[in-house]
Amino acid sequence: MTDRMPRKRRGTSPDELDLAALHESVDLVLEEAVRLGASSSEAAASVSQGLAVTARMGDIETVEHTQDRGLSVTVYFGERIGSASTSDYSSTSVRETVQAACSIARFTEKDPCHGLADPDDLATEFPELDLYHPWYLTVNEGKEIALACEQAALDYDRRIENSEGATIDSHQGCEVYGNSHGFRGESRKTQHGISCSVIGQNNGSMQRDYWYSASRKREDLEDASEIGRKSAERTVRRLGARKLNTCQVPILFEAPIASSLLSHFIGAISGGALYRKASFLLDHLGKPIFPDFVRVHEQPLLPRAMGSATFDSEGVATRVRDIVTEGVLEGYVLGSYSARRLGLETTGNAGGVHNLTIDSGKDDLPGLIEALGRGLLVTELIGFGVNSVTGEYSRGAAGFWVENGEIQFPVEEVTIAGNLKEMFQSIRAIGRDVDTKRNIRCGSILVDRLTVAGQ
Amino acid sequence: MNDALRTAKSTLLHPAGIEARDLDTLIGRLMAYDVDYADLYFQYSRSESWSLEDGAVKSGIRSVDQGVGIRAVSGEKTGFAYSNELYLPALTKAVDTARAIAASGGKSEQPMSLRARDGGALYTVDDPLMSLSDDTKVAFLQQIETEARRQDPRVSQVMASLAAVRDVVLIARNDGCLSADIRPLIRLNVQVIVESNGRREQGSAGGGGRFGYSWLQEDERGLNFARDAVRQALVNLEAVDSPAGTMTVVLGPGWPGILLHEAIGHGLEGDFNRKKTSAFSERLGEKVATAECTVVDNGTIVNRRGSLTVDDEGTPTQNTVLIENGVLKGYMQDTLNARLMGVESTGNGRRESYAHLPMPRMTNTYMLAGNKDPEEIISSVDQGLYAVNFSGGQVDITSGKFVFSASEAYRVENGKVTAPVKGATLIGNGPDVLTRVAMVGSDLALDTGVGTCGKEGQSVPVGVGQPTLRIDGLTVGGVKV
Repeated sequence: MTDRMPRKRRGTSPDELDLAALHESVDLVLEEAVRLGASSSEAAASVSQGLAVTARMGDIETVEHTQDRGLSVTVYFGERIGSASTSDYSSTSVRETVQAACSIARFTEKDPCHGLADPDDLATEFPELDLYHPWYLTVNEGKEIALACEQAALDYDRRIENSEGATIDSHQGCEVYGNSHGFRGESRKTQHGISCSVIGQNNGSMQRDYWYSASRKREDLEDASEIGRKSAERTVRRLGARKLNTCQVPILFEAPIASSLLSHFIGAISGGALYRKASFLLDHLGKPIFPDFVRVHEQPLLPRAMGSATFDSEGVATRVRDIVTEGVLEGYVLGSYSARRLGLETTGNAGGVHNLTIDSGKDDLPGLIEALGRGLLVTELIGFGVNSVTGEYSRGAAGFWVENGEIQFPVEEVTIAGNLKEMFQSIRAIGRDVDTKRNIRCGSILVDRLTVAGQ
Repeated sequence: MNDALRTAKSTLLHPAGIEARDLDTLIGRLMAYDVDYADLYFQYSRSESWSLEDGAVKSGIRSVDQGVGIRAVSGEKTGFAYSNELYLPALTKAVDTARAIAASGGKSEQPMSLRARDGGALYTVDDPLMSLSDDTKVAFLQQIETEARRQDPRVSQVMASLAAVRDVVLIARNDGCLSADIRPLIRLNVQVIVESNGRREQGSAGGGGRFGYSWLQEDERGLNFARDAVRQALVNLEAVDSPAGTMTVVLGPGWPGILLHEAIGHGLEGDFNRKKTSAFSERLGEKVATAECTVVDNGTIVNRRGSLTVDDEGTPTQNTVLIENGVLKGYMQDTLNARLMGVESTGNGRRESYAHLPMPRMTNTYMLAGNKDPEEIISSVDQGLYAVNFSGGQVDITSGKFVFSASEAYRVENGKVTAPVKGATLIGNGPDVLTRVAMVGSDLALDTGVGTCGKEGQSVPVGVGQPTLRIDGLTVGGVKV
């Protein structure tokens, strides 16, 4: 448990004013909840602002200024719960929002698992995570960068004839969470990104691909021209794609999409899916899920990373921990409510995981393509054919046919299908080409065998 | 002044002390720059959601979201800003931010002063949140739970949610068009898990539209969704691995119309065609389907989830023919893309909220009925797949490749529907798939009101529909070779 965090007062920065206003809104919510008879309550208030500039075909296309606010409230009347939210911070609206939450709690059923996080679990230390690096990007600066990014893509190859544009965006925001245990935590984050998506044409058929960079700090972004070139390179290599005959072969998931496999894993060991018995990984604690070389862990305190946080969405301290050690499931992904439902302790994951990491092997992507030998390198997945209750997996895919450890030709309009439980067990290698732009950090993943459906 | 406009003004403008003439002033300020088109989009959205699990409604949430989106378009360039504050100083600031996209110094023509647009609403309820008392909403969800459990002892979990939103929008444009729309929307979702001999499967069903909650109580609609979710889960309990490869596929009526949404609809949105990034670009007048196929996007159907009285640019929605007897006839347009392509908006300019830019989006997209008896269609198939329910789909607009995943499907053998199969995903090529439509049923149905379409990060409610269709040579992605 902690008192309000020490706040630096410089007085002039708009961000500091924002934070002070957020603290006031949270104060007001918690006071109003007491006045209306709630036994406990919690509130989160946030503001963010940003700019996105898109250039397309050599000229500026859109300039979007964003500015968002949100206040969410949960009240408890003993074991009853009610929630409400608003985008209006006026004190009248804040009071109405608390009333709305209370009006819900009058009709909901009791549940002994409802309630704030246990006081002993709340964060008491708030190490600096270096997540706040405002850019104050101007429209002109954004325009120059977006134009340079797209131009590099258009110049890459004469078959790049069209473009969906290049976008640069920069956002900054802060959030305050407080609850009636006396916890108060604040966070400030920035996020900057550059992306480019272009279209290649060859013999009357078109292909599109993209590349992007995202970071907390401007200096950590990839060079805009490099992003343009990569988007063009990725597009051109898809030209002339064809279908495959239906077959069963090993599949190599390229790093940017391999993280989706880990999202499915996290979904299946999350509290909500487990207590509802809606997961293909029920009762697997202590059991092997992956081969023994696989380690999956959380690194919530990584400086400047996308998923870093000192506390979760109910104030519980995040923790550095292994979820999978030597292939064996060591822990679930729980918030306080789902933990109580399962008779377990929260793992500090209300709101999700923090920098989930799967440790890499020795190979880079070319090494993995060689290890693949004969099979499909998948670079894009589309569709939603994943059944979280049974683990059945069947998604649309595009990528490259590999033979003798070398890329042969681009592939499209196929599906890959299997069962996630078997796919996890049959992971053969994990690349060191780790994609660090996301909350899930993983390299390319080689899986033994799936069904590829084509012509 | 029509009722919607009166309500919108009293909800959005009067509390902030904004008068009609202030809107003229704001538009005038936008048009003081070299701007071709400008609009103000005021929105006040109130929503609620109640959730049931373990036999009890244990949680609920009410939300309010309000703001104004301000847009200035100059040539192909768009400037956009928004504010959560409805007060004049905040709006003036957002106007100055948005108009900065254009050079200073306006065109000679003066903006038209605002006039209300006439026209009745397509919805029959004003405020769906107030259409039932809170304790009745809770009791209704409990009835749903009881009905689901009553179906079969193998039902191990029932999750249900009941949600409603009332969206008040007011749109003011530089051409003088002033529109308002009060948009109700409700939805019930039921998901069940069944368990037998250690095997678990799920089923889900639901529906809704732009009416009050009572629609769910009429004709046992809500209870029928509960029964259908259980039925589907029990079917899946018996399902075997799906075959993989190219085969004849029969799609059932209604929700399988997401085939049209993914394979055809997105590729016919005006933005992609103006930019020539769609697999359908510059193909108007070409044959893209067999002669039995006529596909429309119709935003004017009373009370449907995808319907709107006016779109988010204040243009009345319409029934737009996309494909007529197999020939590509039209695109779906918003004002920006229509102007740049030299055509009229088709009333398809939609946005998720005031905080998002409008773009061409679908409303209710469906294929008209043909003349074949559905039974006859199935009995015409030697070996194939019969898919009646889907979980969702996605398309790559540029290459035209689409997928959608069946949540309830069966094998067809010698003209008979036989074993249920699981995990079947269909994949194909948009401009090509309707040329493989061999038979079109007489049983056109629209979906039950559950569709949500995502595009460039924005979600909007949509509808789909179709009659039973036989498609020859579609790739089915299963595990069984």
